[in-house]
Amino acid sequence: MDKILVGLKRVVDYNVRVRVKSDGSGVETEGVKMSINPFDEIALEEALRIKERGEASEVVVVSIGPGEAQQQLRTGLAMGADRAILVETGEAVDPLSAARVFKALIDKEEPGLVILGKQAIDNDANQTGQMLAALWDRPQATFCSGLELADGKAKITREVDVGLEVIEVDLPAVVTADLRLNEPRYVKLPDIMKAKKKPLETMSTDDLGVSVGADFEITAYEPPPQRQKGIMVEDVAGLVNALKEKGLV
Amino acid sequence: MAKVLIIAEHDGQSLNPSTPKCVKCASGIEGAEIHVAVFAKDASAVAEQASAIDGVAKVLTVENEANEHALGAVLAPQVAELADGYTHVLGASTSFGKDLMPRVAALLGVNQISDVMEVLGPYEFKRPIYAGNAIITVKAPEDKTLIATVRAASYQAAADGGSAEVEAASVSAELPTHTRWLELQAGSSDRPDLATAPRVVSGGRALGSEENFEVIFKLADKLGAAVGASRAAVDAGYVPNELQVGQTGKIIAPELYIAIGISGAIQHLTGIKDAGTIVAINKDEDAPIFEVADIGLVADLFKAIPELEDELGS
Repeated sequence: MDKILVGLKRVVDYNVRVRVKSDGSGVETEGVKMSINPFDEIALEEALRIKERGEASEVVVVSIGPGEAQQQLRTGLAMGADRAILVETGEAVDPLSAARVFKALIDKEEPGLVILGKQAIDNDANQTGQMLAALWDRPQATFCSGLELADGKAKITREVDVGLEVIEVDLPAVVTADLRLNEPRYVKLPDIMKAKKKPLETMSTDDLGVSVGADFEITAYEPPPQRQKGIMVEDVAGLVNALKEKGLV
Repeated sequence: MAKVLIIAEHDGQSLNPSTPKCVKCASGIEGAEIHVAVFAKDASAVAEQASAIDGVAKVLTVENEANEHALGAVLAPQVAELADGYTHVLGASTSFGKDLMPRVAALLGVNQISDVMEVLGPYEFKRPIYAGNAIITVKAPEDKTLIATVRAASYQAAADGGSAEVEAASVSAELPTHTRWLELQAGSSDRPDLATAPRVVSGGRALGSEENFEVIFKLADKLGAAVGASRAAVDAGYVPNELQVGQTGKIIAPELYIAIGISGAIQHLTGIKDAGTIVAINKDEDAPIFEVADIGLVADLFKAIPELEDELGS
């Protein structure tokens, strides 16, 4: 395979406890640490392993978002990607818009495989991969926890509610990475230096002939209802009594 | 008037409990006429169950050899065709619905509302973002088909008592052959289903090994409960991944949830915040799980579990 395309979304770091602004106008993102969406990092790791096994020749990382997303692309290059593309936009990008941007890039780059994270941990939509596969009219292998390539096909293990499902898809295809696909590597300092010299191309959505935006209007943000701290019991007998009082045993 | 199509989830024999939950969600759309579509190789058994759900006006069956196993790429063009004439198309926010519905949405050229937790109006919904740390109200355009997935943990199942007519529907969409189902590796299923069980006992990292995790299974059997696990316990290999409860596993809402040896990482708490009563047993009195537990006990789980079994047995 010639090329693998990987999506890297810039999101609030997964260690940050996200809070709703007091006026309900959004979530607090000012001064908050930003990182690669963790599922996208897993997607990139898988692409790099495929390349290292000699089953692909190039890994291209793509981000759609503000200029600052260059940071996440540089991290991707430091992990081992060969080049990066930033589709720069200040607009909110909904999943269908993101899928349209990826489709336009696919028409240019003609990858043999596209790997995305199964969802981004900001909006938790879990849609872009499936939408891209539909627009591209190609197979989708969502929630992937195992991937083997052979003879122009991929054998994919998927994490589904009842267990593990195994499917086979013809390439090219869209794969979305689940948590247990792999453990992403740590970036070493010399790789960060090397990554500065790797190509990072910036383009606009107009360059790709795609308009992006958001179909849905968000009219309110609110914090989730909080559970109240309950009672502490001294021993197992106390626990069973408390359960009996609630009619649970 | 709203006309809602719900895509049934099933294994060929039984309707998944997530489908009557979708019906409950849809019945929150005022005046909605609710239809359920069953895509299968042989839809008869599942269609009969769907027709008995209270509030369902009609069940449509689409029978095809290719529909034996639910593959998003194969089902999506059929659903997109059937969606003609409906204002809303809903599926559950399960691995089935999450795989299928966005593909349907893209074929129809619309976005999707994921994880609906509350219906405010036919085109206005609440849904969680940032792993449930924020709830947003979303307004969708009224001139487009609304595609959504329903967060099952937010809804009770609609009761039985209906008797909808069952009608065979025909679709002419060309089906792809680029995606093939090979096998399903499922765990033993003689215990209640984790996603829908009214009682769940979960174990965490503190169990220490696959062998030790047996005490969780024993206690669960005593309570007639399903077994769950924290991500740490799954990552450590004590139990298979389908038992994981949390943001990256299953989001559940049992009446009783007993967390044993689970510290209570945010991503785990996200999966249980709709539970009725949360019980926590943990050695560490500072464990965050105690902040959300209704009943907490600081104890060594290997002592507490046998005691608990004794107390429950008497």
